[in-house]
Amino acid sequence: MQGFPILSLLTWLPIAGGLLVLLFGDKRIQAGRWLALITSIAVFLASIPLYAHFNAGTAAFQLTEQLPWIPAFNATYAMGIDGISLPLILLTTFITIPVIVAAWTVIEQRPAQYYAAFLIMEGLMIGVFSAMDGLLFYFFWEAMLIPMFLIIGVWGGPRRVYATLKFFLYTFLGSVFMLVALIYMVVKTGDFSIAKFHDLPLTAQEQMWIFFAFLAAFAVKIPMVPVHTWLPDAHVEAPTGGSVVLAAIMLKMGGYGFLRFALPITPDAAREFDWLLIGLSLVAVVYIGLVALVQSDMKKLIAYSSIAHMGFVTLGSFIAFDIHANTGNYEGAGMGIDGAMVQMVSHGLISGALFLCVGVMYDRVHSREISAYGGVINTMPKFAAFFVLFALANSGLPGTSGFVGEFLVILASFKANFWYAFLAGMTLILGAAYTLWLVKRVIFGAVANHHVAELQDLNYREFIILGVLALAVLFVGLWPAPLTDVMQATVQHLVQQIATSKLPL
Amino acid sequence: MNPTTELAPVMTWASLQPALPEIYLTGAICFLLMADVFFGHKSKRFTPTLTLLLLAGGAVVTWLFANVDERIVLFGDSYVADPLAVVLKLFGFLTIALALLYSREYLERRGMMRGEYYVLSLTALLGIFVLCSANSLLTVYIGVELMSLSLYAMVAFDRDSGIAAESAMKYFLLGAIASGMLLYGMSLVYGLSGTLKLDDLAAVAAGEPSLGIILGLVFLVIGVAFKFGAVPFHMWVPDVYHGAPTGVTLFLSTVPKIASFAFAFRLLAHGMGPVGPAWQDMLAPLAVLSMVFGNVVAIAQTNLKRLLAYSAIGNVGFILLGFVSGTAAGYEAALYYTVVYVIMTLGSFGVITLAARQGFEADELDHYKGLYKRDPLLALAMMFLMFSTAGIPPFVGFWAKFNIFQALWLSGHVWLIVIGAAASVIGVFYYLRVVKLMYFDAPGDLPVGPATSFGVRAVLALNALAVLALGIVPNALIQLCARVIG
Repeated sequence: MQGFPILSLLTWLPIAGGLLVLLFGDKRIQAGRWLALITSIAVFLASIPLYAHFNAGTAAFQLTEQLPWIPAFNATYAMGIDGISLPLILLTTFITIPVIVAAWTVIEQRPAQYYAAFLIMEGLMIGVFSAMDGLLFYFFWEAMLIPMFLIIGVWGGPRRVYATLKFFLYTFLGSVFMLVALIYMVVKTGDFSIAKFHDLPLTAQEQMWIFFAFLAAFAVKIPMVPVHTWLPDAHVEAPTGGSVVLAAIMLKMGGYGFLRFALPITPDAAREFDWLLIGLSLVAVVYIGLVALVQSDMKKLIAYSSIAHMGFVTLGSFIAFDIHANTGNYEGAGMGIDGAMVQMVSHGLISGALFLCVGVMYDRVHSREISAYGGVINTMPKFAAFFVLFALANSGLPGTSGFVGEFLVILASFKANFWYAFLAGMTLILGAAYTLWLVKRVIFGAVANHHVAELQDLNYREFIILGVLALAVLFVGLWPAPLTDVMQATVQHLVQQIATSKLPL
Repeated sequence: MNPTTELAPVMTWASLQPALPEIYLTGAICFLLMADVFFGHKSKRFTPTLTLLLLAGGAVVTWLFANVDERIVLFGDSYVADPLAVVLKLFGFLTIALALLYSREYLERRGMMRGEYYVLSLTALLGIFVLCSANSLLTVYIGVELMSLSLYAMVAFDRDSGIAAESAMKYFLLGAIASGMLLYGMSLVYGLSGTLKLDDLAAVAAGEPSLGIILGLVFLVIGVAFKFGAVPFHMWVPDVYHGAPTGVTLFLSTVPKIASFAFAFRLLAHGMGPVGPAWQDMLAPLAVLSMVFGNVVAIAQTNLKRLLAYSAIGNVGFILLGFVSGTAAGYEAALYYTVVYVIMTLGSFGVITLAARQGFEADELDHYKGLYKRDPLLALAMMFLMFSTAGIPPFVGFWAKFNIFQALWLSGHVWLIVIGAAASVIGVFYYLRVVKLMYFDAPGDLPVGPATSFGVRAVLALNALAVLALGIVPNALIQLCARVIG
């Protein structure tokens, strides 16, 4: 295994596959579809050895590759994974398969470009998670915007142009600040190695600027209140696959960015401004939860629920300092970060599944309005079972993956401050309220209209993708150890990094 | 210092060899003029093809016989041959060949494919070469005028077009005023320093610069800013880009940018190097205004040629930022930006030229609605070029901006980075708008006609692919720029 460039393979194989699908074109789309599916499955299979060969005992980057890339800028093509990137890469390779399958008969307009965009996107996202070089990270991070821009703009809903421009400009604006921070640091360290950034001593003021630069990039991406407004628009207008990838993976990049850059590089600034992050996270959990309650559009509701759930990720990531302030040690800090990571993976699965469910209904009725449905269980019993399962998982039912992440984060916040935990715990009420109310209005009750009466239940393709996602949600919920074990060493190392002040004594 | 006491060294073949590109080109122009007179009427394609062959020959001659690897001065110190000049000239050959190739069928359809057009484009190139190798105020001026006069005539080449005549007139009048300013500045500098040679000027300016020198410098900076089209000397840019026939705009927006870089580099960075802080302070506001004004006003445009003209103003701001940083890293970044910008602009104006049909200019933004359906290749190429010009990885335009930002950071101009970054975020909007029109909107009803030949389209596709390839592996070009400046 050592020496084989598996991460490069994972990054470039889907891109190559995507280009090939593009060359097949719309005329030979049946072949293109199968090629896209085979590529995505091949990438997923190729990512399994990643897990098998991962040494969970060390926090160092593994399966590393290093090639000169831009010596003029001291940037190298350096790839590697650790415990926080591995689960996200696996999530990416896993989620892409249902996205491809879900488009099978649904996307009739320019299908070759659709599959190509998602495959290229997959490669770029894996690149983001495996880059060990700051410039390479930024390269993939920005390049990813282009396929997403096209996905929303070409296959999106009626307001797609507004939504996709907003998405692009918001994220681009945020990222530019990160670029400036990277340039600042590279002038000090001499090259773009992220590991060197971690060890770079910085004064309090430098850390503050860099921290806020990273915050601008990652807060938009994850997204946090008050820069979250692009997300509901983008989700509503995006085609089903676009929503799935956006919710399941792109949002996670914000969380990944906090764990990879903001926390270890600027621990002291993070300590100083953790009140801001915790405050905004709690606002996301409570206020956005309330906002989700009043939505009349299913996709918008899930989009707001995503923002609320991402609040747990930021809360779990930044709770460590208050735990230290409260208890005098960092025990429990790891739990918060564990919770954030589990929450990211779990939300990836659940929100992806929920968007696919909405897609299933939308393909039949062509409406996302909650009021257009009612009594779906009468005509689509199998679908209703899946939808209820994912809805319950979304509200954090024990036994599903949604429970594990939220529980860990709430438990960790108890160690910091009772009120944090109390407010975060509000999600148990709010999350349950908006998802269960959604289920009540859409799934249960009498058949609302003739559209619902004519609904066909899941076909085998939809059944398989929802079934696989359901299994994954239950698996992570019942037995999260395989997930938490691989990140243990990395999380411990991260806690150590954030516990160590970079300031001169 | 009395120049008459020094006898000029005996001219031998070896001593002339570094100036071979200009000598070759002068010969080629005469040859082309004659050949066109005698054989041009036999086949329409004769002169264009001969021009391309002559350009290819020029590149080979430059590469084989004039490829100096050190700094050599000739003709009484008024001409310099160095690696920078060689690279700029080779790049000039390539750029002009592509520009003429893309516009060939456009010119043919509009009855502009005449020998004089090709002769004029080569004289413009000669002016650019002279500028690239200028080492005295006089050579600078000769280069600028030779280039500009050829360009004025090219803009007016479609003599039946009212708008082209108008824009040529504007270009000429404003250009003449700018030349006057430049000449006035040169006379002031010459009068106070007593030398025309840029090498000596650098030595004179090294002492305490007098107020008169600074005053002269102001006019020199105006001349440079006008040629670049930097705010507030940009007024001609939108009108000329818009009014000139697209094939000429393609030429005008690319080849002279190389000259503008050489102009600024030879005159300011080299000749006026010791008073760097003075002209850097003058250029900084021009750069900021150009970036902000160009990018903001471009948003409001409905004509693609005008939009790209404002985009050019914005991009010139970035090139000037490289000069503002005043370091070798900054000049490298400015050179890299210029080269990258020329490659991208060749492509984007190439698309406009190729999208035009008989009697139809394809220059309004609305003409690009649903281009992916009518012409997928042009749409894809244009998308690459727009994302690249917007500065988004994985395209090469990103590295150009990154390089400038890094140079500015090293020279301590943090605020300029912030403004530049903000301007590029604003700029993204209108580049995305072009992509939106091509890919998200339904195709409109437009005249169709025979498309440009396959070969030309293939070259344009390669041009767009180069933008991607240079973005994924940017190192070689960056290091080339660093080598020739260093």
